[in-house]
Amino acid sequence: MQQFHQTFFEESFEGLDIMENELLNLDLGNTDNEVINTIFRAAHSIKGGSGTFGFTAVSEFTHVAETLLDEMRDGIRPVTQEAVDILLRSVDIIRGMLSALSEGGEMDADAIAKGQAELETLLNAGDTAVETPSDAEQASGSVDGWQIEFKPHPEMLKTGNDPVRMIKALAELGELDVQTDVSDLPALLDLNPEDSYLGWTITLKGDVAEAEILEVFEWVDDECDLAISPLNAAPETKPEQPETAEQAGPAAAAPVDTSTQAPAKEPAKAATTAAKKSGESASIRVGIDKVDEIINLVGELVITQSMLGQIGGELDSEQGHENHQMEKLVEGLAQLERNTRELQESVMRIRMLPISFVFSRIPRLIHDLSSKLDKKVDLVVTGENTELDKTVMEKIGDPMVHLVRNALDHGIETPERRVAAGKSETGTLNLNAYHKGGNIVIEIFDDGAGLNKEKILNKARANGLVGENEVPPDDFINDLIFHPGLSTAETLSDVSGRGVGMDVVRKNIKAVGGSVRVSSTEGKGAMFTIQLPLTLAILDGQLVRVGDETYIIPLVSIIESLQVKSEQVNAVAGKAELYKLRDEYIPVIRAHSVFAVGDANYSLNDRLMVVVEGDGAKAGIIVDDLLAQQQVVIKSLETNYRSVSGISGATILGDGTVALILDVPGIIDMFRGDANPVPPAPIKPDGSNIAEQAA
Amino acid sequence: MTTPASEVDSVIGSETDPDADQFLTFVLATEEYGVDILRVREIKGWDSVTPIPNTPSYIKGVINLRGTIVPIVDLRQRFGMEEIEYGPMTVVIVLKIECADRDRIMGIVVDAVSDVYDVPKEEMKDAPDFGSVVDTEFIRGLATVEEKMIIILDIDHLLSGDEIIMTDKLTA
Repeated sequence: MQQFHQTFFEESFEGLDIMENELLNLDLGNTDNEVINTIFRAAHSIKGGSGTFGFTAVSEFTHVAETLLDEMRDGIRPVTQEAVDILLRSVDIIRGMLSALSEGGEMDADAIAKGQAELETLLNAGDTAVETPSDAEQASGSVDGWQIEFKPHPEMLKTGNDPVRMIKALAELGELDVQTDVSDLPALLDLNPEDSYLGWTITLKGDVAEAEILEVFEWVDDECDLAISPLNAAPETKPEQPETAEQAGPAAAAPVDTSTQAPAKEPAKAATTAAKKSGESASIRVGIDKVDEIINLVGELVITQSMLGQIGGELDSEQGHENHQMEKLVEGLAQLERNTRELQESVMRIRMLPISFVFSRIPRLIHDLSSKLDKKVDLVVTGENTELDKTVMEKIGDPMVHLVRNALDHGIETPERRVAAGKSETGTLNLNAYHKGGNIVIEIFDDGAGLNKEKILNKARANGLVGENEVPPDDFINDLIFHPGLSTAETLSDVSGRGVGMDVVRKNIKAVGGSVRVSSTEGKGAMFTIQLPLTLAILDGQLVRVGDETYIIPLVSIIESLQVKSEQVNAVAGKAELYKLRDEYIPVIRAHSVFAVGDANYSLNDRLMVVVEGDGAKAGIIVDDLLAQQQVVIKSLETNYRSVSGISGATILGDGTVALILDVPGIIDMFRGDANPVPPAPIKPDGSNIAEQAA
Repeated sequence: MTTPASEVDSVIGSETDPDADQFLTFVLATEEYGVDILRVREIKGWDSVTPIPNTPSYIKGVINLRGTIVPIVDLRQRFGMEEIEYGPMTVVIVLKIECADRDRIMGIVVDAVSDVYDVPKEEMKDAPDFGSVVDTEFIRGLATVEEKMIIILDIDHLLSGDEIIMTDKLTA
């Protein structure tokens, strides 16, 4: 039973996410019935599942929400902002109940009772405000009976639903006349005993409410074609149908439509929903540990493959192509390499998920915050299908929420202020994601007030981060917001502004090997750019030799490699060395001294220098030799040891030995020492800031 | 096939005495040390390691043990004993260390592996207090086998000490 619980919880949480998203998607003026149907279905399966597992509290609560949704779906209740808000709160409450159940915590009884009361108040209020429910009953009461066209989809029997039982249930409601449609019945040889081929035309005589008939088909409504029409189609009931249902029109109508529309259209519509459904189920649920195991094994395979390749290459050059067997071996090895690479890529892709998983949290956040802060905000999302590794995604969710919250709290102004500034009343927040090289770039920009440079600078001066008379370049000032202990919110709200946060955002992003930058135009808006590696498992690296050791520099952080000309080297205070690279000065880091390998006391002339960039700062690392470039599988040093400054991890080379991977921002930091916590932006000879170039 | 059940019991009983622990012993200079044999993952000859920069000198480096990165600790240096040249007898004992947060795999370099002994629990003596001369924190107890004294090590304590696992302040 336990394993079903797990699946139930996972599916229910997904269902809740769907409900939340679709609720936020609801266009109040012009409700799409299909959207309400999706929400209803999600609620319905949560109710069903929780009932099955005996979580009565959940099923009872969900039932009330479902009733509300049902009325909306049937068009007898208008979709109001109030109702949507209450439903959103219900989603939260159900989520709370389910997490309490899955993690063995306590349910928040007060919240549940309050939510239930809210829903019930709305439901009861609706009965007086909107007369349609009683109307509908009257309408159904005025008919002599119903004509029901019922055609189960072939696979309906597999879900355990028996048409005979339904017909029996109908028989209890009134006098039945059933005609069976056997036109789809195949020849006996082609007949699959598990499929349903029959259809029924049922005439139900008697004073029966339509809702009662629908209840019979409640569990199969998306697994059959169903059309119900009154025997004496009373024309006067039609105009009484609420406007929402009319507007939605036949195209958007659900398979089970309570309206008195022509039944002929129903099967076609049902067919499209069925097609959509089968497309959705083309995935399987696999434990992440299983995927990780495969990724690890493939990593091992890649190492073994490159070891074999190396040996093969050596043998080949020794023996030449005279040996026929040798030739075959080399060919086979080449094939192995191709296959391994493809296998590795496919396996890595299993972990890749679209970033919409993170983006989908944002609309709700904006919905809640904008009403709390009395601001009007439009969200524009682009590139939500950009894929990235699941582990990276897990790490980026919270920082992004924080940045969005900040943009709403500090960035976008109140409607009055916006109008006064000559902008439209509604602010816009853009989320954008795209791939760039081996990275994913996420941009969060708003058209709000931008960063208040003066305020930041004053605060920084007060904190002693910037000298009294110092006037740093703009980008330097903007960058200060990532400094611990700097918050410029005028009033501390519970939304943001406790002075912790932006530094944590940067720290968290750095922890997964990413970077975050901000650019801003006062009065026009601010833009945060997050850059993240696509995956944490493999990396394109440049192998370099330092003394007798091989190190790996991540290719993404390398700008160029060059041979040092001694006339370009300038000493500062007799210790630090700066290299004049075109029109900027970059610090020179001798890898030998950082890693304590060999003698670091050498002349720089003609030495090889790898120019790297980390966290917006550049540096030149002196190495002995540049070796191959290759993709390496990242292994953590922390698994069995601990983190080492300047080293981001290790990998296993083709010969089975271990090589360490350089943590470029870390090395630049180490070299700078902790004396200067704010990164000094490299200053170009003309005095402007290098970061501007990058922006 | 026809061995009576009582006999089987006695055979197993003598193999794994519930009141005795088995220890793998090894030699450092003239001293003999023991570690719980259930913690030993494998014993392998000394091979080159990849040194890790900015770590204490007794961390010799890391090796690739079938795909995992395993740090290697020189036990002589860890104990502040005189260093010797590694030779053909030099071995690495790969151990499982149980730390507070998770288990780790680590290797120790010793002069040579000696033997495996059963030590009855009651024969294990507490280490005497040497005061500040010898740090007894890493010693689980002393045992006497065949007239020899064996120092039983508390490897969890020894290898998960602050200096090894925690981020050192050397580079800060």
